[in-house]
Amino acid sequence: MKIAPRDAYGQALVELGRENQNIVVLDADVAKASMTILFKEAFPDRFFDLGIAESDIVGTGAGFAVAGKIPFVNAYANFLLGNGWDQIRISVCYANKNVKIIGHNIGASSGKDGPTHLPLEDIALTRALPGMTVIEAVDGVEVKKAVRALANHIGPAYLRVGRLPIPVITKEEDPFEIGKANIIREGKDVTIIACGVMVSKALKAAENLAERGIEAEIINMHTIKPLDTTTILKSVAKTGAVVTAEEHTVIGGLGGAVAEFLSCTKPVPIRIVGSPDRFGVCGSYEEIHEVLGLTPENIVESSTTVLSLK
Amino acid sequence: MVHNKQQEIMKSKELAKNMRKNILLMTHRAGGGHPGGCLSATDIIAVLYKCFLRVDPNNPSWVGRDYFFLSKGHAVPAQYAVLMEMGFLAKEEIKDFREIEGRLPAYPSCEITPGIDMASGSLGQGLSIANGTALAARLNNSDQRAYVMLGDGELHEGQVWEAMMTAAHFKLNNVCAIVDYNKLQLDGSIDEVKTLGDLNAKWASFGWKTIEIDGHDYEQIYNSFAEAKGFKEGPTVIIAHTVKGKGVSFMEDEVGWHCASPTDEQLEIALKELS
Repeated sequence: MKIAPRDAYGQALVELGRENQNIVVLDADVAKASMTILFKEAFPDRFFDLGIAESDIVGTGAGFAVAGKIPFVNAYANFLLGNGWDQIRISVCYANKNVKIIGHNIGASSGKDGPTHLPLEDIALTRALPGMTVIEAVDGVEVKKAVRALANHIGPAYLRVGRLPIPVITKEEDPFEIGKANIIREGKDVTIIACGVMVSKALKAAENLAERGIEAEIINMHTIKPLDTTTILKSVAKTGAVVTAEEHTVIGGLGGAVAEFLSCTKPVPIRIVGSPDRFGVCGSYEEIHEVLGLTPENIVESSTTVLSLK
Repeated sequence: MVHNKQQEIMKSKELAKNMRKNILLMTHRAGGGHPGGCLSATDIIAVLYKCFLRVDPNNPSWVGRDYFFLSKGHAVPAQYAVLMEMGFLAKEEIKDFREIEGRLPAYPSCEITPGIDMASGSLGQGLSIANGTALAARLNNSDQRAYVMLGDGELHEGQVWEAMMTAAHFKLNNVCAIVDYNKLQLDGSIDEVKTLGDLNAKWASFGWKTIEIDGHDYEQIYNSFAEAKGFKEGPTVIIAHTVKGKGVSFMEDEVGWHCASPTDEQLEIALKELS
C-alpha cells in the first residue's frame, strides 16, 4: 500500500485542529498542494493564506507564536527554506518560538517540475540552526504521528513532507517519539540508517543482501535532529559498518549528521547514499531517483563496500 | 481629557530626557552601538510607552499585553532605556549593554530580556511579527494592539512590503507601524544610497492609512497614536520625520553617529546639553 505523505499530513492537521483550538495554519498559496486545504475547509477562521511570500509567512507564524498560538507554516520546501531562512534563523530559532515549519514537495517529489522545484538541501539548511528539531516521517502512517508529536512539542521544528505516494511500512500501533529512532529490521553485519522513502528502499536492499548471507540492521531515523546517538552506537557496536540513505544531498543531511557523530565517537567505515553535489533534473520520480542514485542497488553496493573495509 | 493629555506629554518628555541620558551612557560604556538611530526614535518610544502601550512591568508576559516590536533592532538601547524607566529593567544594567554577562545584548533578544517579545537584528522582520500577533488577537476577540517601529533604511528590505500587503489584506486595524524617517543610513543619506521616493504614497497605495508627523513634536506624536487607535478600517502607518542624533548638538544629522560611541569628553558635553 502507498500513501502520499501530504495527504496524511492534511488529514492529521484537521484531527489536531479539532482537538486544539490554538493550532493555526498558514500557507503561501499552495494549500491545494500542501493539503492544508483540508484544514482551511474545516476551520476557515484559523487558516491564513499569505500569498506567495515565504519570508512574510515565517515572520507572521512567529508572531502567532508570540501570542501563544501553535502555527504550522507551509510552503514548498525549496522556497520556504530559500526565501524564509533568515526569518527562520532569527524570528523562529534564535527567538526560540514554537513555530512548525513544514516544507512540502521535498526531494524528487515534484518530478518533472525539475531542478528549481526539487529541494535537496533543506535538511542541511534546517539542521544547521541551533534549537531546531528536524523530522522526516517514513510513511503516511508515521506522518500523522509526527504531526501530533510536533503539536505537543514546544519549540522550533521542521517537518519535510513529500508529494507522491510512497510505500507504507509502519503500523498504526508502532511507536513514534521525537528523537527516538525505530529499528525496522534487525541484523548483525551492517547498519543502514535511513529516513523517509529511503527506508523502504533500504528494506529492498536488505532482502538482496540477505540472499548473499549479509544481515543488515535498518534504522528508521525519522528525527534527524536531535540525532538518536544511543540507538546508532548500540547498532554500530554490533555491526561495525554504516550506510546512510536519504532523499537529499550528501552534504549536510542525515549522512552528514551520522558521520559527524561517529567520526568523533566510534569511527567505522561509512558510506552516504544521497544525491551527489548537483541539482536534480526534470523527470518522473523514479527517473530522478535513478539519476541521483537513490536506489536499493546503490545501498547494496555501499553496504558491500563498508563490509569490505571493516 | 485635554488636561490629562498635557500631563501625559509632560511625563513623556521627562521620560525621554532620562532615556537619552541612558542611551548615551550605554553606548559610551560599551564603546559601540548606534546612538544616532536611538535618539531619533526616543520621543516616539517615550510617548508610546507612557501613554498608549498596555504592558505590565510586574508581569512582562501578561497575556493581555499590547506588543511593541523594534524592527530596527540596532536601536535597542532606546528600548532598554524605556524599559528601565518603566521598571522592567534596573538602571544598574546600563553597564551590561553589549557585554557577555547580563540581559542587554547588542540586538534584541526575547529569551533573556523582560519586556522584549521578539529577537531582532536582521532588518525587515518586525512587521510580519506584528501582523501575526494582531491576527492572533483578532482570533481571541482581544483588543490588544501591535506596534512596530521600522527604520527608513530598513524599508529597502523586501519582506517589509510583503508584510505591508498582508496587514492591508487582513485589514489589521490593530497594527500600527512607525517609520523613524531620519533620512540617514550607514553608507550615507537615504537619497544617496537608495531613495524611498514618495513614501507616503507608497504606503497609501498598499492600503494603509498614513499619518505624517514631526517625530519630535509631542502633540503630533500623541495625536497620531490616538488617531491610529481610533481608525477601524485597516492598518495605520505613522511616518515620523526625525533627526538622527536628536538632542545632542554634535550628533544631530551626522551620519557618522549611526554607529559610533561617544568619548568621555563627548559624553560630558552631551549630558550637559540634556540637563
